Amino acid sequence: MSLMSAEALYAGYGGVDILRNLHLRVEADEIVVIIGPNGAGKSTAMKAMFGLVPIRSGAVSYRGETITNQPAERMVSRGIAYVPQEANVFPSLSVVENLELGAYVLRGPNGPRMERVFEIFPRLKERRHQQAGVMSGGERQMVAMGRALMVEPTLLMLDEPTAGLSPRLIDETFERIRGINQLGIGVLMVEQNARQALAAADRGYVLATGENRYEDTGPALLANPEVAEMFLGG
Amino acid sequence: MDMAGLSAYAVFFLSLVGIYAIMALGLNMQWGMTGQFNIGIAGFFAVGAYTTAILTSAPAESRVGGFDLPFLVGLAGSVIACIPVAWLVGRITARLRTDYLAIATIGIAEIIRLFFVNESWLSNGTRGIPGIEKPFGLSNNGYLLIIIAFVALAWLLVEIARRSPWGRVLRAIRDNEPATAAAGKDIARFRLQAFITGSCLMALGGGLYAHFVGFVSPEAFRPLYGTFLVWVMLIAGGSGNNLGAMLGALVVWLIWSSTEMIAGLVPTALIGSESAFRVFLIGVLLQIILVSRPQGLLPEKRPPMPGEKR
Amino acid sequence: MIEIIQLLINGILLGSILALGAVGATMIFGVLRFAHFAHGDFMAIGAYFALTVVTVFNLPVLAALPVAMLLTGGLAILIDQVVYRRIRRVQPVILLIASFATALVLRSFIQMVWGSSNQVYQVGIQLPWRIGPFTLKPDHLLIFAAAAGLVLIVHLFLSRTRMGKAMRAMSDNMDLALVTGIPANRVIMWTWAIGGALAAAAGVFLGMDTRLHPVMGWTLLLPIFAATILGGIGRPYGAILGGLVIGCAMELSTLVIPGAYKPAVAFAIMVATLVFRPQGIIKGNA
Repeated sequence: MSLMSAEALYAGYGGVDILRNLHLRVEADEIVVIIGPNGAGKSTAMKAMFGLVPIRSGAVSYRGETITNQPAERMVSRGIAYVPQEANVFPSLSVVENLELGAYVLRGPNGPRMERVFEIFPRLKERRHQQAGVMSGGERQMVAMGRALMVEPTLLMLDEPTAGLSPRLIDETFERIRGINQLGIGVLMVEQNARQALAAADRGYVLATGENRYEDTGPALLANPEVAEMFLGG
Repeated sequence: MDMAGLSAYAVFFLSLVGIYAIMALGLNMQWGMTGQFNIGIAGFFAVGAYTTAILTSAPAESRVGGFDLPFLVGLAGSVIACIPVAWLVGRITARLRTDYLAIATIGIAEIIRLFFVNESWLSNGTRGIPGIEKPFGLSNNGYLLIIIAFVALAWLLVEIARRSPWGRVLRAIRDNEPATAAAGKDIARFRLQAFITGSCLMALGGGLYAHFVGFVSPEAFRPLYGTFLVWVMLIAGGSGNNLGAMLGALVVWLIWSSTEMIAGLVPTALIGSESAFRVFLIGVLLQIILVSRPQGLLPEKRPPMPGEKR
Repeated sequence: MIEIIQLLINGILLGSILALGAVGATMIFGVLRFAHFAHGDFMAIGAYFALTVVTVFNLPVLAALPVAMLLTGGLAILIDQVVYRRIRRVQPVILLIASFATALVLRSFIQMVWGSSNQVYQVGIQLPWRIGPFTLKPDHLLIFAAAAGLVLIVHLFLSRTRMGKAMRAMSDNMDLALVTGIPANRVIMWTWAIGGALAAAAGVFLGMDTRLHPVMGWTLLLPIFAATILGGIGRPYGAILGGLVIGCAMELSTLVIPGAYKPAVAFAIMVATLVFRPQGIIKGNA
């Protein structure tokens, strides 16, 4: 049984389908990446699975339970954490407060959870009382991801985690994602930096115009000449 | 009531409906057509009424004005006087979201009210300006015809505006602002134009009202009730819809008048104040309409957005 | 000079009242994303609730304050559940009209139940204290102290409690708050409760300082919104600062313009803010 799977999804806004017959699955110990050209519906796919975009037909299940179209609150309490691409921190709150809110649905002290996040992102510990809104793009990404990790998720969904980052930070980010995955957390991410993302991932899906195009392991997709031609730049 | 009394009441009733209809049409231009939320209706109404009063009444010692000018000059003056005020408010808020315009209009209406209360050299303060005669020596019946003429004129104006290219842009702004902006239209300018036009209609209503009552004072512009009633009229009749605005004026004025009867039936001990009770009823009525049928009696027929299910 | 300081004292008093109203209004504006036009009338009804407690149970005003705050907070939640909740899912923009209707319903209700004439909590003139050349009513000190106390409680709530932080988060970024799993409905209820309670306190203090009248709240609505905008939408600390600034400005303005135009001063400051720095002193969510 997959950790999370989507079957035959048709989803979109206002009666218009952006996703058509989408299939996707993530196993508990994998990093899965979704790539594709602009407008392919990558972000929409992830949002739909998280309940942010209405699913007209098809099903999403998590650990065997159907979770199609459930509100975000329920998703989070099942252990799914989602990090949007933009506006992904609370700007007027400090780093610590941002992290605390990540664990809102959980009981118990936040101390140990926060320590774990600080181990992954030592920079955040240094700046823990700083207002999130005045931090650099890279630091904000860390806060955003840290916030998601606070809920002790079993699946982490990341929407373009390396968007707008410098090459060095991009490498660091994928490193960290691998580290997080090694802690036992499944990762599903949408990425525009396709080459590096596929290199870091176990498996990948290529979407185009809201439909599945290719599905294979990371290395296989990297080696696939059609994929390379379509989506991977120089 | 005998026939004469009944018909006199009907004339009185319809005259007020007419004046309110003009104001509802003005509000429709602001809210219905461009989504601008104006709670300062009473302010523009007051500007119109006072300008007419000052221009057309007989000279008086205690104040400036009393130029004894003809009816139409007074009305023209009302409309013209309103333009800079509306421009000021609209210009400040044209680029901001709806709430800010609403707050700004409250502010302007309040300041206008304070102005007319305090600047007695112009407005005669709380004593008000009396002696505004009906034009051409008409009686109530005759004046009703004039009001009807203006209602027809106003309606013609707004209908032409609505069907014109200008009106289409306004609706595009209301329905899909980002797309319209992307098409190169200066949103703020169009909004401002609509706002000023609507306010001028309200000022016109104020001018007509001044002649109808024959007397203006700050008391007559209980801003809350006047403004509020016009809003209920537009919502009940159907925003975005000129016919709806006028229908709303009729229906709501009817209900408002009947609340007088209802309030009379309920023992005073229970409700304290009749006038307050009437406002209470109308307020509750508006809430019910907003929760159950916000599109009003005559919903505007809008073409569905691409991809939108109907 | 003396006149200026006296006006400043009056200004801080008015400012404290405005600040309490503005904090509630800015939280509602921030979390629910609309200018709540019935906020002034929450102040008024809070004041009148206190009046009833004072006259029926013969208690001092400060004892009636918590009751008034509780009742008004509850009333705010009720109105939201019955009216606003149904509208905000369907047509957010209609909320403004609904709040306008609520304002009038509350005001006319007050008139019906309590009457339109001016009323006071305590009959009789309070002898003012003279401290050097300055005049201070004993009530003023009470109001300062109580307002400061309430502000402190609000600060602690917002910075130390889970719900308080959730409220600030929702005001910052509603979508992210939902994604984080923060329970929107519960936060909204708390926002109304606190907004209503603080408005009631402001109303009681206003009634203590001046007198009770059905339109007492509406008259302050514009300065309160001005304070909210000046302080930055959704920024409670900004609202406090904004309230004090506007209060002082309004009082000090009487040095140069007739007192009747005080609301115009608040309006002018608000307009200046909207033109030059629409996000407010402390950058808010415009």
